[in-house]
Amino acid sequence: MRWLTVVVFFTFAFILAGCDASPWNNPHSSEEDGLKVLYSNFAERPKHLDPARSYSSDESRFIAQIYEPPLQYHYLKRPYQLTPLTLTEMPALHYEDEQGNVLSNNTGKPTYSVYTLTLQPGIRYQPHPAFAVDEAQQPWYRTERLAALPAVRSLADFTEVGTRELRADDYIYQMKRLADPARLAPLRGLLSEYIVGMNELTEQISEARRELPEHAWLDLRDFEFTGVEKVNDHQFRIRLHGTYPQFIYWLAFHFFAPIPWEVDAFYHLPGLAERNINLNWHPVGTGPFMMTENNPNAQIVLERNPHFRGEPYPSEGEAGDAEAGLLSDAGRTMPFIDKAVYRLEKEAIPIWTKFLQGYYDRSAIASDSFDQAISMTGEGIDLSDDMRALGITLDRAVMPVTYYMGFNMLDPVVGGYDDRARKLRHAIAIAYNEEEYINIFMNGRGETAMGPIPPGIFGYQSGADGINRSVFDWQDNRPIRKPLAIAKQLLAEAGYPDGRDKVTGQPLVLNLDTTGAGSNNARINWIISQFRQLGIQLNIRSTDYNRFKEKMENGNAQIFYWGWMADYPDPENFLFLLVGDNAQVDSKSGVNASNYKNAEYDALFERMRLMENGPERMAIIRDMLALLQHDMPWGSSFHAHSYVLNNSWVSNSKPHGIANNILKYLNIDHEQRQREQQWRNQPVLWPIVVVILGLLILVLPGYFAFQRRQQRRVGE
Amino acid sequence: MLAYIVRRLGYAIPILIGVNLITFALFFVVNTPDQMARVHLGDKHVSEDAIQQWKAQRGYDVPLFFNAESDNPLRDTIFFQKSLTLLVFDFGLSDEGRAIGQDIKERMWPSLAVQIPTLIIGLIVNISFALFVVLFRASVFELAAMILCVVMLSISSVFYVIGGQFFFAKLWNLVPISGYLHGIEAWKFLILPVIIGVIAGIGSGTRLYRTLFLEEASRDYIRTARAKGVSELRVLFRHLLPNGLIPVLTGVVVVIPSLFMGSLLIESFFGIPGLGSYTLDAIQAQDFAIVRAMVFLGSVLYILGLILTDISYTMVDPRVKLS
Amino acid sequence: MIQPVFLWSDILIFTLVLAVVFFLWQLRRQPLTRKRWHAVFASRIGMSSFLIIMTYVLIALLDSIHYREALPTTPSTHEAVLTASAPTAYSNEVKSLLDWLLSDLTKTKETTYSAPFALYSFAKESRVDDNGQVTRVFPRLQHVASHLLNDQQRLIDITAHSIKALFIGLLIALPLVGLHWFWRRSKGPSQLPWLTAYLTITILIVSATWMILLSQHYHIFGTDKIGTDVLYQSIKSIRTGILIGTLATLLALPLAIILGISAGYFKGWIDDAVQYLYTTLSSIPGILLIAASVLLIDVYIETHADEFTLTALRADFKFLALCAILGLTSWTGLCRLLRAETLKVSQLDYVQAAHAFGVSHRRIIGRHILPNVTHIVLIALVLDFSAFVLAEAVLSYIGVGVDASMHSWGNMINAARSELSRDPFIWWPVLSAFIFMFVLVLAANLFADEVRHAFDPHRVKEPRV
Repeated sequence: MRWLTVVVFFTFAFILAGCDASPWNNPHSSEEDGLKVLYSNFAERPKHLDPARSYSSDESRFIAQIYEPPLQYHYLKRPYQLTPLTLTEMPALHYEDEQGNVLSNNTGKPTYSVYTLTLQPGIRYQPHPAFAVDEAQQPWYRTERLAALPAVRSLADFTEVGTRELRADDYIYQMKRLADPARLAPLRGLLSEYIVGMNELTEQISEARRELPEHAWLDLRDFEFTGVEKVNDHQFRIRLHGTYPQFIYWLAFHFFAPIPWEVDAFYHLPGLAERNINLNWHPVGTGPFMMTENNPNAQIVLERNPHFRGEPYPSEGEAGDAEAGLLSDAGRTMPFIDKAVYRLEKEAIPIWTKFLQGYYDRSAIASDSFDQAISMTGEGIDLSDDMRALGITLDRAVMPVTYYMGFNMLDPVVGGYDDRARKLRHAIAIAYNEEEYINIFMNGRGETAMGPIPPGIFGYQSGADGINRSVFDWQDNRPIRKPLAIAKQLLAEAGYPDGRDKVTGQPLVLNLDTTGAGSNNARINWIISQFRQLGIQLNIRSTDYNRFKEKMENGNAQIFYWGWMADYPDPENFLFLLVGDNAQVDSKSGVNASNYKNAEYDALFERMRLMENGPERMAIIRDMLALLQHDMPWGSSFHAHSYVLNNSWVSNSKPHGIANNILKYLNIDHEQRQREQQWRNQPVLWPIVVVILGLLILVLPGYFAFQRRQQRRVGE
Repeated sequence: MLAYIVRRLGYAIPILIGVNLITFALFFVVNTPDQMARVHLGDKHVSEDAIQQWKAQRGYDVPLFFNAESDNPLRDTIFFQKSLTLLVFDFGLSDEGRAIGQDIKERMWPSLAVQIPTLIIGLIVNISFALFVVLFRASVFELAAMILCVVMLSISSVFYVIGGQFFFAKLWNLVPISGYLHGIEAWKFLILPVIIGVIAGIGSGTRLYRTLFLEEASRDYIRTARAKGVSELRVLFRHLLPNGLIPVLTGVVVVIPSLFMGSLLIESFFGIPGLGSYTLDAIQAQDFAIVRAMVFLGSVLYILGLILTDISYTMVDPRVKLS
Repeated sequence: MIQPVFLWSDILIFTLVLAVVFFLWQLRRQPLTRKRWHAVFASRIGMSSFLIIMTYVLIALLDSIHYREALPTTPSTHEAVLTASAPTAYSNEVKSLLDWLLSDLTKTKETTYSAPFALYSFAKESRVDDNGQVTRVFPRLQHVASHLLNDQQRLIDITAHSIKALFIGLLIALPLVGLHWFWRRSKGPSQLPWLTAYLTITILIVSATWMILLSQHYHIFGTDKIGTDVLYQSIKSIRTGILIGTLATLLALPLAIILGISAGYFKGWIDDAVQYLYTTLSSIPGILLIAASVLLIDVYIETHADEFTLTALRADFKFLALCAILGLTSWTGLCRLLRAETLKVSQLDYVQAAHAFGVSHRRIIGRHILPNVTHIVLIALVLDFSAFVLAEAVLSYIGVGVDASMHSWGNMINAARSELSRDPFIWWPVLSAFIFMFVLVLAANLFADEVRHAFDPHRVKEPRV
């Protein structure tokens, strides 16, 4: 017992001795003290950092800082606007006929559209061993030399590094990688419909791969890609079949980031894949940051790319940006921070605590994990007084995201296009109170959707004109949900008065299909209560994610929750969610989960797709939305709001719904941060004293009792 | 001795094959390779040939147990290539494409960094408490200590974690609430998990050791020593403790190998990148290549523990013969 | 009109109760076992922990009598019923007797979180006042102490109700205790600690009265995210806790007994096979086995979706399967013990003699072996009970626990992960789950100690306090 006290004493003596400037509970390495480091966290470990493969926001938040596609979105301007990133100007577009003659104006249907992209000169890659060359200008690291090297455990063990200029070939090489079936590029199917020669290239590559050993490098430079033409080192052309106005948005996606052949060759050196050294884990780019540590089990570190060309902070934004201090760095060279450290955090409690303690600079709530909300305060959307006292600021923005409760249109009960099914869906849509859901389960961080198109995207209409007339009325300058009586009336007309079958008297039983992860008791009870208002009995069929996906794919679900996050800010990206060709059961594409098919809608969509934004396009979109309001394939939907909290030392933070390359814009005052961390994290010492006293109290009477006992005589 | 160990290891092989069969059957009944491909390819724009490609790349494009089309019908199967290779500790790639062996090598250290101090400090604390209780047997202290033990035993470990994080890290700012850094700075992240691990184990540990010590205390040599008038403390530390420690330590040997596996709960609550959280993540992500590897590793370590226990018995008690 | 619903777990738990009753009845013929049980109840701790466990069990049993209510006939259905003479339609919500008893608690639903004994909601709400200004205020709870004139009276009101509850509780408890006391006095002296029993019962009754009385006017443990009373949830979770504790062992019991005894009795290849089986199973990390099997159950339910028409049926099937798997992971330990004990017992002279006389195996096992190993089964049963109750919480945390639509302490703790990360944090659901779970596990542990003490012949008879 006594030496236990000694152990405790020495432990705390050790802690006290080790107590320097940094607070005790500082979770960051003391080596980083005083550096301009941004601390953040990630919940899902990124799985693919290969720009051809990656397609999730968990991944693009890292690689968007490293890879530079030709275009980017303007950081401040709204509605979202594209600007050149590595190009000198926006891509030039002209049309050609079948013989390759340039068409002067866009009349009728051109056979080809051709984009010409001109690169800025002097853009250089981050230092990387793939670029290291020997005297003969050959790559330093080759198979024969690798064997002579000491054991390589990580990328840092390659001591020779080099760099080189960005060339048009690098973009072309990546586009060939997109065509390579072994890359599993999610966009290959879509792009090969448009880019000339992509399908042929895919076939050639798979042919060539058949003769190759499994992990060997296939030099894609040897293949011809008819749709992509190199003009010179700084210029290339992309040729598309027909017209595809949305293509330009894909050029701002990391799918079109440059990959030099040297990098591809380097990562295919024998023995590297077994050590997790490959393009999936170690990106190489021209962007403002480079990845210096990728340990998806613990942390990911980005550091400033020493070869970055330097890009000025934008000097214009939308109204109000100057007042919000978003233009105070205008014209200064980005990036502003030296390093960004992302720590793996799975639990909500530590993230939130560390943010309040000042160890995380920002606390973002990912819009796709809305269910596990870290709610700021009990007061919904307000910052509490405590937060304000800490100088915390709040960024809000409506995300280009739509979550919805869908009906499976193939289902015999809720699906179908006859009057009965339609009225049943309308009745449910009115009774299902999305506003209440947002209030209770998302702390108000969302808004009820009137259609698939979220605010901030062309085609969205606010005010009386934009509301879903099947569910809402416009009263007192705001949308009011239709009364329950109307829903009951509709249900009766559908043949289910009071939720009972008109003929048999049996209750109407519906099934909600959901995954186990997203459901908890409170949410389930709430959903059931919404249907009970109509007398409809709801069964919850919750199952694991695989089973759920299978049900969705085979069209066995009845009512389900689903969501869509915008790829690009065009109404096409949302309205195509209900196009018949994309129906889940036929296409397996995961797009039209409701299996909604309406020929009229599809025809309108085809017209709308090719149009320029304008009143004509707006009119067609309105017609399409009217069809949806009539058929009601989605019972209810909402657009999530993004709420990002910033500690007072963070500046230039403005949420962007689509772009992910935002790290270069952010700025922090790390000296202020250090001061704040000091006073927010004063250790409270009395519990230690109490524990030691408590142990003493436990030991002392025992000691005395023992003494008494020792003196007791036998037989006493 | 050596012959015994070799024979025991030989017995382990059918057990490990059995483990492999069970896990293999469990996981492939649950998820076909197609479903696994869909999960790993994500929600958007998944085409049928991407699924075929994924299966081919991961080696899931062959039959489960018997490949009639191949020249080598048993070899070219998922079971042979994915499960039996485990027997030679070739863990292969996870379903998301990382080398599992490399990950296990990296993640084993944080697990050990939590588990070993927890075990050692836990042993010291539990033995001290048990001795304390034995010293005061049949007194108010024993009653109080035993009630405390039952109370501590009756609290779910989840509450210890939640409470510990709340008070030590959030309210009193004494330690970081979660996280881990490699190298020397790891110690400040280990304090709280270790303390919680020790406290959560006090109840059962103390009770167990107390029984063992009491059993020892009822033996004749202790009574003789007492009758000779040897002081109580001397009896306790010179006679009882050395002999009482034998069952304690042989009991501990069995858990030593499984320390590698880490603690599921502690690691995931504290964000420690060990093998426990690795397993949990794999379950939640349904990455069965990792789960299979971890099941196999767990079984190997368990069997190792059993063998070590047997050996430790012969070492402390020469009367026990290994047969 | 109601339609009784028999869930599989209900049937099993009532079978178990019957089995226990039968066991107690046939105990009359076994003086030795009777003496041992007497020793369990002769200790004050054994007596009062038994009474506490029984209270929990009683609630669990009340919650295991399920029914569906008939849907009300409406004018429109009336017509349909007349024309088609359709059978009565029932709600798909499966209720239990306990729900009916606690119907007061289910009706007092608020909109969202509120703290214990709070008068106002935890979250602000937008209100439009007379001037058309939107203000955010904490709304008054709808079902709480509407009789109060002002907020300051709350403390007085709570105290008054508490005193009232104390009196009513005593009023119920004292006659009961008194009656029993008179009845017992007529039977002569007893060694059982009846005073402790009376005290425990009085405390239980008084606290129950207090909860019932105060929950009429307040939410004693606050409300959850959608405004459901947390007390109600905690009480509903009792069934899950009790069932998982008992059924897990029970479902694996036949397997453990048959395999364990036959391995020890027949020896030879049977012994080898059984040993191989349990070493293999126990070498698989339990949590991974459970996770895999839970997924398997999901597959089964999906492929047999037609058999599970009600949410409750689905949840119940999943729950039972979870119990079975939990039992399977702990089964190996019991099997090993039984095998060792059987080995020992079958060496005894009278068993050998029975062999020599050519008594059949079945008879030897039934008459000589089984009675000699029952104490091991019994001890395993009581020891595992609390371990399973605790395990449920951890499993729900990992995401392989009971169905989300079932009330359980594990699910409540799981929900607390996001509740505790709010600021200010929401502590009452987790506290309530903690209290209810702690009392049960503590009582179970104490009772298990007493049982082990009385039944385990190998245990040291240490000096009793």
